[in-house]
Amino acid sequence: MTAALSLEQAPPLSVPLRFFLTAPVFGIAAGGVLAWAGPAAFASRWTPPALALAHLLGLGVLTMVMCGALFQLLPVLAGVRIVRARLIGGACHALLVAGTAALAAGFLGADTVAFRLAVPLLGGALGLLLAVVGTGLARAPRRHDSVRGMRWALSGLAVATALGLILALGHGWSTLPLARAAFTDLHLAWALLGWVTLLVAVVAWQVVPMFQVTTEYPPWLRRALAPVMWLLLAWLTAASLAGRVTWPATTGLALACAGFAVQTLVLLARRRRRRRDASLNFWTLAMVGLAAAALAGLASLVVPLPPRLGLAPAVLFVAGFALAVINGMLLKIVPFLVWLHLQQQLAATPAAPGRFVPPDMHAVLPEPRARLQLGSFALALAVLVAGLAVPALLRLAGICWIGAFATLGWNLVRAVRLYHAQRRRLATAA
Amino acid sequence: MIGEFMTRSHRECDELFAVAEAAASGGDLSRTQQAHAAFEAALLHHLGMEENVLFPDFEAATGMTAGPTAVMRMEHGQMRGLFTQMQQALDSGALEGYLGAAETLLILIQQHNMKEEHMLYPMCDRALGGDAGAIIGRMQAA
Repeated sequence: MTAALSLEQAPPLSVPLRFFLTAPVFGIAAGGVLAWAGPAAFASRWTPPALALAHLLGLGVLTMVMCGALFQLLPVLAGVRIVRARLIGGACHALLVAGTAALAAGFLGADTVAFRLAVPLLGGALGLLLAVVGTGLARAPRRHDSVRGMRWALSGLAVATALGLILALGHGWSTLPLARAAFTDLHLAWALLGWVTLLVAVVAWQVVPMFQVTTEYPPWLRRALAPVMWLLLAWLTAASLAGRVTWPATTGLALACAGFAVQTLVLLARRRRRRRDASLNFWTLAMVGLAAAALAGLASLVVPLPPRLGLAPAVLFVAGFALAVINGMLLKIVPFLVWLHLQQQLAATPAAPGRFVPPDMHAVLPEPRARLQLGSFALALAVLVAGLAVPALLRLAGICWIGAFATLGWNLVRAVRLYHAQRRRLATAA
Repeated sequence: MIGEFMTRSHRECDELFAVAEAAASGGDLSRTQQAHAAFEAALLHHLGMEENVLFPDFEAATGMTAGPTAVMRMEHGQMRGLFTQMQQALDSGALEGYLGAAETLLILIQQHNMKEEHMLYPMCDRALGGDAGAIIGRMQAA
């Protein structure tokens, strides 16, 4: 499914874009669930709306965008081109969309049929992603830190997927005996730390130094972070299944996350590029969010938190860290891809050069609109965090998240509409 | 050895980019023009080292003329196009236009550099390692 060394620029634009454009739709759905369920959603982590929310965001937004980004990044990071990218990307996307919707419907009280549907759909989507990217990484001509790190992240996704599928099977066929509480904790840990955090870290140690012109992350951190976190997760898993204490592994994981976040903040503070734009602010916010989530996680080991505040580490992690990084990345990647693909079409249109200049990134997504996206995101995050203490605010938080994801979606849609308009102009110019 | 030398050259260009962008963000046209000239000279020199010395030597040693170097040359062409846009923006004093083209150029350069540093330069070191000293000497003189 992957061809050997190729430095070709990119798969067709539609491959990553379909993932990027779908993510805000699931985000809006998640905001809708919170607005509808209100304070009841966060009464404990086991409420049906909380479980639906977690998967609308974790699969529908985070994994959705990361899938699209992986299809895009694989040629750049690993020098491998995905053959039949349109077909494979399209299939992966369709399965992920249908599987996420089925799973959320299952949690929100639809028939157990929804869970029975979600299992093969999500197994297919994530299995396909793992197969394609895994093969690509195995064939990478050179094994630098990012290729190695990405393999750890993918194996984290594999474990999280396997645990998730087992849990979903348990919902679909209730006769299946399961240690549900322990499995859920482990599924959550592998998904958020073994997959999301590791992939963000691997991407960060490429893009932070290059795009912000900072010094490199320390080589020991790049080499050690992924295997150390993976081993800690394995330790957590073994301890949890054996009924032993899990706090040493949890403490190690929280410290690893905090260390990565602080290191990134230090690099950003010393960056050579002086320009501060919305994307950089999203990254900064994300690293503060990750450090705060780690601290909240550590605090919950020492002080038993009431059930509602028990959600604080996960809320800070997903909303404060992961969603912020995704927003910051999309603000750069989508305008650049629009420019790149128009540029490639221009080069393939002999009569047009000179009469057509592709719009630069700021013309595709002007900074004021990026700032609006940042502002709506920060507001939604603030109301949500306040809602942990004052549950009456949770409905409002849901409405604010609908606004934040709609702003993101509208920015992306406008960029894509501009792309199509410019393509028509180019065709006329030729 | 070639890889280290060329990677250092990338980082030097990055630093010069940051200076030019900071000047433009600060709204200082004449400082931007100066800093831009230094950045452009360094980057064009880097592209020249590759197109006139490194790539031909690599192609001669491996016989790969339509492979990775062809894509790198095409991206060099895209960079030159953005330099033209940036120059036009500076000539008309449009610093906002300059910043838009500059950021596009930065992302283009960085994804290009990743491919070179991760894949092409290691391949060059394998194919040409024995002559590295002489090749670097010819690149510096180019």
